[in-house]
Amino acid sequence: MNIHEYQAKELLEKFGAATTRGKVASTSEEAEKIAREIGADELVVKAQVHAGGRGKGTFTNGFKGGVHVVKTPLEAREIASKMLGQTLVTHQTGPAGRVVNKVLVAASADIAREVYFAVLLDRATAAPLVVASTEGGVEIEAVAEKSPEKITREPIHPLAGMQPFQTRKLAKQLGFSSAQLKPAARLFSALYRTFIDSDCSMVEVNPLVLTKQGEVLALDAKFNFDDNALYRHPEIAAMRDTAEEDAREVEASKHELNYIGLDGNIACLVNGAGLAMATMDIIKFYGGSPANFLDVGGSATEEQVTEAFKILIADRRVEAILVNIFGGIAKCDVIAQGIIDAGKTVHLTVPLVVRLEGTNVEAGKKLLAESGLAVITADDLADAAEKAVQAAKEKMNEKGPS
Amino acid sequence: MSVLVDKETRVCVQGITGSAGAFHARQCMEYGTKVVAGVTPGKGGQMFDEKVPVFDTMWEARKEAGCNASVIFVPAPAAADSILEAVDAGVELVICITEGIPVMDMMRVKAQMGGKKSRLIGPNCPGIITPGECKIGIMPGYIHKPGAVGVISRSGTLTYEAVWQLTSRGYGQSTCIGIGGDPINGMSHLDAVKLFNDDPKTAALILIGEIGGSAEEEAAAWIKDNCRKPVAAFIAGTTAPPGRRMGHAGAIVSGGKGTAAGKIAALKAAGIAVADTPARMADTLIARMKERN
Repeated sequence: MNIHEYQAKELLEKFGAATTRGKVASTSEEAEKIAREIGADELVVKAQVHAGGRGKGTFTNGFKGGVHVVKTPLEAREIASKMLGQTLVTHQTGPAGRVVNKVLVAASADIAREVYFAVLLDRATAAPLVVASTEGGVEIEAVAEKSPEKITREPIHPLAGMQPFQTRKLAKQLGFSSAQLKPAARLFSALYRTFIDSDCSMVEVNPLVLTKQGEVLALDAKFNFDDNALYRHPEIAAMRDTAEEDAREVEASKHELNYIGLDGNIACLVNGAGLAMATMDIIKFYGGSPANFLDVGGSATEEQVTEAFKILIADRRVEAILVNIFGGIAKCDVIAQGIIDAGKTVHLTVPLVVRLEGTNVEAGKKLLAESGLAVITADDLADAAEKAVQAAKEKMNEKGPS
Repeated sequence: MSVLVDKETRVCVQGITGSAGAFHARQCMEYGTKVVAGVTPGKGGQMFDEKVPVFDTMWEARKEAGCNASVIFVPAPAAADSILEAVDAGVELVICITEGIPVMDMMRVKAQMGGKKSRLIGPNCPGIITPGECKIGIMPGYIHKPGAVGVISRSGTLTYEAVWQLTSRGYGQSTCIGIGGDPINGMSHLDAVKLFNDDPKTAALILIGEIGGSAEEEAAAWIKDNCRKPVAAFIAGTTAPPGRRMGHAGAIVSGGKGTAAGKIAALKAAGIAVADTPARMADTLIARMKERN
């Protein structure tokens, strides 16, 4: 799950992490009011969409830039009015762009230095790890490649947590002076607290800045949350903005289906995450391209399978569907019935390849054979993938070049 | 001989009165597994299916029923506590089937398990089976066949796929271990490889991995130097887009790390035969076994 910049800011403030003063506005009047409250000489107005590259983006109304520096509240109002309700296109949004419903109005930081600071959960050690660098404002992967000596790693004890001495050590390693030690250390421990108490897998602050006035601030923060822990953070779960997500994924999540949209034309419906990934891989191996990842799980009901099927069929890119089930807890007959029910409510316009194996396989095959649905059956995984790729090709040829 | 579990293993089911716990406890018992106890807090004193005594705590289950393995079907919010309860009771092998445990909970579990003699398999895993002797988990028993191939996997259904391919070609399995798809788990690929390497009944190994983390690379490096048995592998997620969590919490490529390509290269560099499709896992191993003979 991703959150907006203004939400990240609110989360940081909640945990006492120093950041620039600012608030989110939904109208241009609000933007002006916030700018007045802040009362800074220089402010930034930033379009709130999840995609990166906002500064260099262009609105479909011709207005250039999703990030603007302004001097007065009236100017903030004017800029906000050009962004709100408009569609911003950046290199990450795709040509359709994203509608901007909110703008962040914040005091502009007078930056003296930029550094990088992140807390993440390190899989190899099963413990939190602080990754920091004097090279802020650039991608950490690039720093790791070019000058790995400029990256500091500070392991944190999983039960004891970050110790005060570690925050002071990190502050010095990042080049902060004795006078800046306290605000830097205070910010680091607040960021660590945010990480732990919000069940994050990563909090990345880039840049973390020293201002010319001597403040140490988190300027831009990116959060990765542990989906498994969202049940105990309803306030974070409420930050989800479905308008920013793939419509297919939003629909799938309503039915508790594990779905990820891709760009290919062969839809797949599989039980189990590993097998679902492997099914995508084998489609690619035989020269096809998967339209999605979909794991219906072990306890899928007929209704869930039917809903999953509807999502696959509604995807206009899809030229063929591959169902690959290895019944363990999941039963082949339940899956088969779900497919048949879906076939009754939505018209199946693309070829359907089904491979069933495992629990209740005979009952499942029988149901499909007697249903009257046009099903291409497959004997094993390779056979299924080849048939799906072939069927998708034929379907495309049938339609002719578009 | 087999790895970790056999016909003498005495199993306790934590969460035995819940729907998943009850269903799979029965399946395991039908397979022949010795289920000697169940634990559900507040239900102590009951008998499950008139055969298995239910206790309130693992402490009692261990003391009264002498279980040396425990399998957990407790819902995610309480599962970490259940793992620690089994460890505290001194149970040698703890298998956590539960999916969706917060990773911070697992981080704390792992830290508290340091220095303890218990081993943890999972969470978010299908469990462990020694065909014909003992099934502790949710895998369909009938696809397995006693034999000499060890199977280690991060994925449930992909393991079934590999096992079924082996069984249909006449190759049985010594033991199959599903280590689970979470970013922080108990037993790693490497831990399992070491056990199979020392097991005289295991003649060959299939290693099934997926994107995310570096557990497969670590196993590969050790195999290169220490394992003389034929090994075949498959890595799922060649086509997975970076930055997306592919169903399993641990299956994610982040910051260019944990890619399928990187893992496949590491496995090949260690002399392991890597199947180019999931349909050829068994065939790849069989070919390698024949080369070696």
